[in-house]
Amino acid sequence: MQIYVCIKHVPDSAANIHLLDDTRIDEKVAFLLNPYDEHAVTEAAALKKKAADSEIIAVCLGKPDAQKTIRSAMAMGADRGILVETDDACDSMTTARVLHAAIVQDGSAGIIFTGKESIDSEGMQTQFRIGALFGFPVVTNAAALDVTSGKAVVTCELSGGRTRTFALGLPCVIGAGRGLNTPGYPTFPDVVKARKKPIKTISLDSLSITPAGGSAKTVALTPLVQKRHPKKITGSPSDQAKEIIRILQKEAKVLS
Amino acid sequence: MKNTGILIEMENNRVKETSLGMITLAARADTDLYALVLDGVDDAACDILAQYGITTVVDLELASAPEIRMNPAVRADAAAQAARNLHLDAIFGLSSADGKDLLPRVAALLDAPLIMDCLDVDLEKNIARTSQYSGKVLADIQLTGDVVIFGIRPNAVKPVPSPAPAKKITMASDSTVPADFVLVSWDDGENSSRASLTEADIIVAGGRGLKNKDNFSLIFDCARKMNASVGASRVAVDEGWVPYACQVGQTGEKVSPRVYIAFGISGSIQHFAGMKTAGMIIAVNKDDNAAIMANCDYQVQGDMFEILPELIRQL
Repeated sequence: MQIYVCIKHVPDSAANIHLLDDTRIDEKVAFLLNPYDEHAVTEAAALKKKAADSEIIAVCLGKPDAQKTIRSAMAMGADRGILVETDDACDSMTTARVLHAAIVQDGSAGIIFTGKESIDSEGMQTQFRIGALFGFPVVTNAAALDVTSGKAVVTCELSGGRTRTFALGLPCVIGAGRGLNTPGYPTFPDVVKARKKPIKTISLDSLSITPAGGSAKTVALTPLVQKRHPKKITGSPSDQAKEIIRILQKEAKVLS
Repeated sequence: MKNTGILIEMENNRVKETSLGMITLAARADTDLYALVLDGVDDAACDILAQYGITTVVDLELASAPEIRMNPAVRADAAAQAARNLHLDAIFGLSSADGKDLLPRVAALLDAPLIMDCLDVDLEKNIARTSQYSGKVLADIQLTGDVVIFGIRPNAVKPVPSPAPAKKITMASDSTVPADFVLVSWDDGENSSRASLTEADIIVAGGRGLKNKDNFSLIFDCARKMNASVGASRVAVDEGWVPYACQVGQTGEKVSPRVYIAFGISGSIQHFAGMKTAGMIIAVNKDDNAAIMANCDYQVQGDMFEILPELIRQL
């Protein structure tokens, strides 16, 4: 079975983001594999352990620099990589079309993993668009997966401890959540091995994507600096508790 | 004039207040407002929707069997069909737990652009404001297309009544469950009555300072007294003190409660990514130098193991 994992090269969550102009961030910060995609790769690797003849292919749309993120995915278990190169910022409608075309050109997907969202644009939707383009069923925020006898049984998390369990026909698209597994740090030999695995680079133009009927375009970025000015609540623990309750009742008006 | 459909979320047969906020947001533009209801709508619910400016209530009449009605593929299909039949120019829905599974499905079915977690929407220009890069940047994003979709962050807009006469129509949906996408079981948790994290007015959250799982019960007790939701930092989740569903932050839930009370949370950049849009932040911490103490509205320096029991006693 060919297992495709769609991954994204994103700024480190701990990085300070500065703006170059109204629509671009300064990309001179550390970039890495999107954290949710780590869970996607880890799950693909676990699946491959059970079906040894499987192959894991990491697919990424991004700038040439995104090779680094593909290497990270390889150190975590991907066998080879495909980088669709572009310098443009693509919206999720375009991104899904590109990933779909790259996978179709490459092979035959038995299962496709993505992260449940990327931590830069936080769109939460590319997995669904890929599924629609293939005609495959899709789940997101997967927390448990069991692939047996031609179907995938997946438990997904909603908030508040609620879960939903689905039986999906294969092939399917799984958006990985944090509850799915615990990604391990790659060992040094894994990293060395990853350097030797093949990455196929293709240009976005060579895929001849049919443009989507709609678009999402960033027209303005502004830094979100929300400086609050703290007031101190002092006194004994009992006084402090009393004051907190007064604030909740009188100022925030959330308690009666 | 535009046609805007608003996907209404209900709870115990009542319209959620966060759904009413979406109506108020959409009503700023020159548009007809359709309420799209998937879970049945009685006269009382219709009246509420009309009070906030809905002109047409559309009952999408899904099959009542839960394994059909709760199947997100069935729900998305019904919403997409309604969008086509009503010639909607825009769809609003909540960027809630259910909305995160519904709206992208609708967008994919209609091949329509979608922005999730909008803090504001200018429906005249189809520009949405959302946060990106873990809440470090505000992005204004313009959508184009025959129909455009906005996922609104719960509590982003306070509902304001704006009564209009509303009519109700029914639009029976095709409730066929796709053979390759079957809902087999569901678990609504032990505390399903408690407000879900993304929609809570008050969140009481705990972090590393709680030290262990037993101590975390103080957070639950305090939250119960305030009818609040329980949040947690990543450390508390990774240590196994609380389930992942409680995590607030970059890789957890993004929340905008009216009040966020943080106990023993240092306030990392990743944690702030999830709660910086809270109306008010109250930080309780032993360490005066914790990052959260410099970026909150009220700082309470002290021992939470003394303050929490006092709060629980006085509430």
